[in-house]
Amino acid sequence: MDRRAFLRSVAVGPFLIGLSSKGRAAPPAPFRAVRGGKSVVARGQDPSVWQGGRLDESKLGVLLDRTVAAAFGVSDAKEAWRRLFSRGERVGIKVNCLSGKHMSTNLALVWAIIERLQEAGISGGDIVVWDRLNADLEKAGYPVRTRGQGPRFCGNDYAGYYERLYAVGEIGSLVSNVVMRECDALVNVPVLKDHGITGVTLALKNYFGAIHNPNKYHARCGDPYIADANLIPPLREKTRLIICDGLEAQCDGGPPYMPQWAWKYSALLVATDPVALDVVGWRIIEQRRKEVGLPTLREAGREPTYILTAADATHQLGVADPAKIEVVEA
Amino acid sequence: MKIPAPRMRSEGWSRREFLEASGAGCLLAALGPIAGRASAVFPELRIAKNLSSVEARYYEKLPNRRVRCKLCPRECVIDDQERGYCGVRENRGGTYFTLVHSRPVSIHVDPIEKKPFFHFLPGTEALSLATVGCNVECKFCQNWQISQVRPEQVDAYEASPQLIAELAQQAGSPTISYTYTEPVVFVEYMYDCAAEGRKKGIRNVMVSNGYIQKGAMEDLCGVLDAVKIDLKAFTERFYTELVAGELKPVLETLKLLVSRGMWTEIVYLMIPTKNDSKDELKEMCRWIVGELGPNVPVHFTRFYPQYRLRNLPPTPVETLRVAREIALEAGIHFAYIGNVPGDEGENTYCPRCHSVLIRRVGFSVLQNNLKSGRCPKCGERIPGVWS
Repeated sequence: MDRRAFLRSVAVGPFLIGLSSKGRAAPPAPFRAVRGGKSVVARGQDPSVWQGGRLDESKLGVLLDRTVAAAFGVSDAKEAWRRLFSRGERVGIKVNCLSGKHMSTNLALVWAIIERLQEAGISGGDIVVWDRLNADLEKAGYPVRTRGQGPRFCGNDYAGYYERLYAVGEIGSLVSNVVMRECDALVNVPVLKDHGITGVTLALKNYFGAIHNPNKYHARCGDPYIADANLIPPLREKTRLIICDGLEAQCDGGPPYMPQWAWKYSALLVATDPVALDVVGWRIIEQRRKEVGLPTLREAGREPTYILTAADATHQLGVADPAKIEVVEA
Repeated sequence: MKIPAPRMRSEGWSRREFLEASGAGCLLAALGPIAGRASAVFPELRIAKNLSSVEARYYEKLPNRRVRCKLCPRECVIDDQERGYCGVRENRGGTYFTLVHSRPVSIHVDPIEKKPFFHFLPGTEALSLATVGCNVECKFCQNWQISQVRPEQVDAYEASPQLIAELAQQAGSPTISYTYTEPVVFVEYMYDCAAEGRKKGIRNVMVSNGYIQKGAMEDLCGVLDAVKIDLKAFTERFYTELVAGELKPVLETLKLLVSRGMWTEIVYLMIPTKNDSKDELKEMCRWIVGELGPNVPVHFTRFYPQYRLRNLPPTPVETLRVAREIALEAGIHFAYIGNVPGDEGENTYCPRCHSVLIRRVGFSVLQNNLKSGRCPKCGERIPGVWS
């Protein structure tokens, strides 16, 4: 590269990503789902959201509002959304679309979240729905939309990765430009399901989709790698809300869709503490495994101990002690 | 619009300009500048529009659409739609695919000494290529921008094995070298390129960590002419903590290569306080002499802080010289010092009369005194591939 080309590259490189980024809106005061010193995980369940195998979007909206309100102890979910996000902020919604249409974050749920963000003052154009790959989104029935009005949908393969290498604990990873450059806040929307290597894939594991090299970090059931990934400052600091999609869940054979192990759980879990949410989700999966005659995850050799690690003194990402978690039925 | 346009969709720039810019910019296309240069050298090369999907050769099918990879000792069990540790092989519906066949991200013409091979066609050049991916994660990796990423994260060329063989011929390279990242993870492509190269009389060398299963390595022995193994340490602890791999399978690979008559050289990157103890070096040298024989060259190379291991200083040159002395005392005939241009340890000496056979500075051969592979003074036959 000659000198001219080098100078041009230095000047132009950053513009590729950040040219149209706005100045940041002031973040709201922290608003956590905590009550009486305990992390709250709200569980809303409504079997009637499924009507003959199809999702009733109206009932889903009601369920979402009910569960969010319960998590934050407010009478109207709108209040929670307004306190979680400031007008003018840019919000990323991290979905999990690895497993195609049947076992990915339900698109109807994502649209319901988008609607509530907009009601809270977030412009549609400031919302990005994202996962690892455009192809993952498409396989799950999502649009891939990077231009025009309204929310955008894209994979990290489109957005790229920020150049800084985060060496945290046992991992060394680049982080998606969506997190680094496109968002002030994140909503984490995992699916309630089993994972063939890490035991379960819930809130903590969903952020493996934010780093460039998750394939390197599945050994030892993902422990401590998944906890380490969640320590990456932009992920930890920008996450405001977790909504776990348990409308259809899976207790074995994950992450791909295995109909024999899937069930219509018809529920959402809402929290701000990813560890507490994972503990509750893990318990639900274990319960279902017991009901259908499967061994525990420990017996299956894939106990998700990374969830406990995420709560240890080094990580402090949340609480794993059931005595310090309040499950609120919405 | 806030999210950038894809790298190849920039407006008003040539492809090369764009690659140069993105390489220095924020995307992970760190290979941009390399790709740009290679395109300029080889106008036949085109940026690939998609990943490849060639069925992998080393795996077994399991129930529930799972597969078990049989390429490296890790033996990843991979669910449908998932990838193995290397990130370049994917399970699609119970069939395992390589995503990097015919998708090199780096192609250069390098001196063979850069690999380093000091006993294989000295003074010649090798068309050197790599796809993305690696089956370990060395915390000191010097090419992590291409070895520790997934195929969709870096622009790749579309280059069939036939084209690679043609490019080597066109460049006047007698050798194709599979290098930079970890060739084990692109084994199918390497094999096919090597087979095509052989048809044209071009030789093939692999620069590898040696972390590969016996079956795959045996197949490769049929098409390769030399292998350089990075022996990263001589303790399992080092391999566990700094490599995310295992020592034992690497030693097995070395034994296999030598037993098959493959020309083999070893590189040992010396990292201060991690793998530079005299006891470890003595043990390793004893093992090499005992299991592989005294004629396998060993290169002790200088470490520089890289990737996730930036808190250590470069290796003191004296440490390298001590290591070389230990190797020579242990009976290794050809011990070298690397990454210290101008050091006398870069030269090849006759193990019998000690005269200088090949004088080098860095990757350059200044003088080659060998006569038909023998010492011109005492007539000692010097092991290697000399013509």
